[in-house]
Amino acid sequence: MKSIRFLISAFIFSASVCNNATAKTTTDSSKIKKTLPQANAGLKLPEGFSATVFASGLGEARHIAVTPQGDVYVKLSRLKDGKGIFYLHDDNGDGKADVETGFGDYTGTGMGVKDGYLYASSDEDVYRYKLDDKGKVTDPGHPELIVSGLLDRHEHESKPFTFDNDGNIYVTIGAYSNACQVQDRTKGSPGIRPCPILDSAGGIWKFSADKMNQTYGDGERYATGLRNEMGICWNNDVNALYVTQHGRDQLHDLFPDMYTTKQSAELPAECLYRLDKGADAGWPYIYYDQFQHKKILAPEYGGDGKKTAGENAIDPLVAFPGHMAPNGLVFYEGNMFPEKYKHGAFIAFHGSWNRAPEPQKGFFVAFVPFKDGKPSGPWEVFADGFAGGPQFMSPNSAKHRPCGLAVGPDGALYVSDDQGGTIYRITYKK
Amino acid sequence: MKKILAGLVLMWAFGLTLFAQSSFKTAMIKGKKVYEKNCLTCHQANGGGVPRMNPPLINAGFVKGDKKKLIQWVLKGSVEKVPIDGQYYSNNMPPQASLKDEDIADVLTYIRNSFQNKGSAVTANEVKAERAK
Repeated sequence: MKSIRFLISAFIFSASVCNNATAKTTTDSSKIKKTLPQANAGLKLPEGFSATVFASGLGEARHIAVTPQGDVYVKLSRLKDGKGIFYLHDDNGDGKADVETGFGDYTGTGMGVKDGYLYASSDEDVYRYKLDDKGKVTDPGHPELIVSGLLDRHEHESKPFTFDNDGNIYVTIGAYSNACQVQDRTKGSPGIRPCPILDSAGGIWKFSADKMNQTYGDGERYATGLRNEMGICWNNDVNALYVTQHGRDQLHDLFPDMYTTKQSAELPAECLYRLDKGADAGWPYIYYDQFQHKKILAPEYGGDGKKTAGENAIDPLVAFPGHMAPNGLVFYEGNMFPEKYKHGAFIAFHGSWNRAPEPQKGFFVAFVPFKDGKPSGPWEVFADGFAGGPQFMSPNSAKHRPCGLAVGPDGALYVSDDQGGTIYRITYKK
Repeated sequence: MKKILAGLVLMWAFGLTLFAQSSFKTAMIKGKKVYEKNCLTCHQANGGGVPRMNPPLINAGFVKGDKKKLIQWVLKGSVEKVPIDGQYYSNNMPPQASLKDEDIADVLTYIRNSFQNKGSAVTANEVKAERAK
């Protein structure tokens, strides 16, 4: 009885994901009886959780979105059979997609479902497609152009996005630089002050989610001083924007006398920020040192690893170990997982490269418990084993790398992988 | 007399080969060190690069191919979005002009003869000539 009640409640309550897909689902009883798969698709998960390979062979599967009906859309950063978006549908409820349809002839990263539309981003533009009452795109050949002409200078070129509940879309425009040096990533090249990149990149821009043909002039720089925010998600509990930053690289390469390879592997922290309007996280002038718990003046701007700066810059809510590359963020509003996961943040760590010559780190999905929009406990590894081995010297030998996250209306967590092209579906059963 | 001369020529040729071999070996050893210090973070210890970000050097056309292009690439870097062996990579290649001609020659000799590549050695004079362009 208890389990029936659980399943029914899991079905009725909406599982809001980052893109806020609200479940306005039919009460099809055959779907309520969905059997939860037991195989773990090679992943290490906490007790009671299991995973299936929902889909595979998708190549560079970046961000994902789930419709209120439970179907998955995935954005690819390399075309597969000439298509850049794939629709995945599970016909028989076995946790594996049976239908796979591709459309859209452009590559990119951003994917979201909001208010009856599917949104997708290339590295320059944001498009949307009308969804029918089954959550299927009505006219895949003719998307509406929402925003165009965003900077793509091929470093941090992805344009992930999320939505608030007032008709706005927030788009990451990553900085096309490591630390705003005169010559990017070049030893001895000084940092530029003020950093000219911040005019048009290195921040989050806010646009209307419902207006066609917008560009920079129609938007607003909502937050700045942000190097590259790959994880971006609206938190409905406190109505605020949260992002995860890829911190700067190569402290040792560029300043070998100041940082050892070990320090350079750990520093700076990968940060989870809450961004209120006008927030400045301090890039490129500072980075966050998770050992000293301080904002440290970047060496390109006269720092020595100890001098603090950025008094007006915000502090992170969570400071993770360096270079793990948080590529996806979602707040869990589903009802399938145990109580401790409710309202908490799942973060997909793509896995590092910038720790070389030290071993690499990341390649897992982490969990941070939240209460009232603030972390309420330490972060932990939630799903591990994507890379396929205990230790990696290089991400090029990892089998899978977590990238995007989304929660289905039934409360299942979906994880995309842009190295092995797999979509995982993680479920829980008491 | 002829025999002595032929013997001398042979010895000279042998010596030259030995010299070339030993200078090649030295370049490989020195080149590996230059690689570890200046290239490894991005292109990784196994030369495999970083998917989507930094191009692999393994069995790579642009590494094995035209030396002049390769030298220019290292000297000047690149901020252009250009396909490398058919793929696009996000990160900029920083210019390495601050390295000495000999270091660049050694590291290019090293990568052209590592990571499943096979290519002729690069000399400091070749780097010098490209730097002057």
